[in-house]
Amino acid sequence: MVHWSAEEKQLIAGVWGKVSVEECGAEALARLLIVYPWTQRFFSNFGNLSSPTAIIGNPKVRAHGKKVLTSFGDAIKNLDNLKGTYSKLSELHCDKLHVDPENFRLLGDILIIVLAAHFTKDFTPACQATWQKLVGVVAHALAHKYH
Amino acid sequence: MVLSAADKTNVKGVFGKIGGQADAYGAEALERMFTTYPQTKTYFPHFDLSKGSAQVKGHGKKVAAALVEAANNIDDIAGALSKLSDLHAQKLRVDPVNFKLLGQCFLVVVAIHNPSVLTPEVHASLDKFLCAVGTVLTAKYR
Repeated sequence: MVHWSAEEKQLIAGVWGKVSVEECGAEALARLLIVYPWTQRFFSNFGNLSSPTAIIGNPKVRAHGKKVLTSFGDAIKNLDNLKGTYSKLSELHCDKLHVDPENFRLLGDILIIVLAAHFTKDFTPACQATWQKLVGVVAHALAHKYH
Repeated sequence: MVLSAADKTNVKGVFGKIGGQADAYGAEALERMFTTYPQTKTYFPHFDLSKGSAQVKGHGKKVAAALVEAANNIDDIAGALSKLSDLHAQKLRVDPVNFKLLGQCFLVVVAIHNPSVLTPEVHASLDKFLCAVGTVLTAKYR
């Protein structure tokens, strides 16, 4: 089980409290599809992904980004049981969605950049380290049920 | 992975905006890398890695200079960094996975100090550039 210090929990809550899940989620997913275009392979039914402008404005991307980051919020509420929290989602991503877990790591890295741009100097090295740990642990939990 | 004309323009644009701050960005990227990915400290047992360390500042300057050199010679990064590539292969032998980690931290530093510059398109170009630099530096490993 992953251990979270009091300071880490503070750094997580402090950032999360100021995040717009809808905006941040939409931006993170859009950037994932733009920076790592091969990730578009999972979204052939999303319509127009032909350019960065199209991706950023795509309502399905925005909606799905919000969904993904909302789920992240569940992780933050259950830091002491991430594997349990993501058990069903993990099975879904393996059995139905067939998503290579590497993609969770890519999205995690993108989320860090989005947070950095949003919080600028407040995104201290300690903050970055804590959040990089969090996205890593979430990615690991989402991959846990893969077989 | 190939850098398009647009990528090259974007990368040169970023480094143009960064200008003289490159040294500081290099140092901050290293500091963040050591904090976020403690395993990277294993390559610097001979360094004082405490906050504000002169050695980290000095090394950050070297890292930044290499990135600036690569950006200024973006049509031939392999040529521009050939000596550094030899150094990493023969002497330093930093595991290839670590270049991605430093790249991530450099992106974070750019995002923090220039959020408006790091549009999704520029983010993509800079990420590709940093990957290309890492590839060049590890190209002669075996």
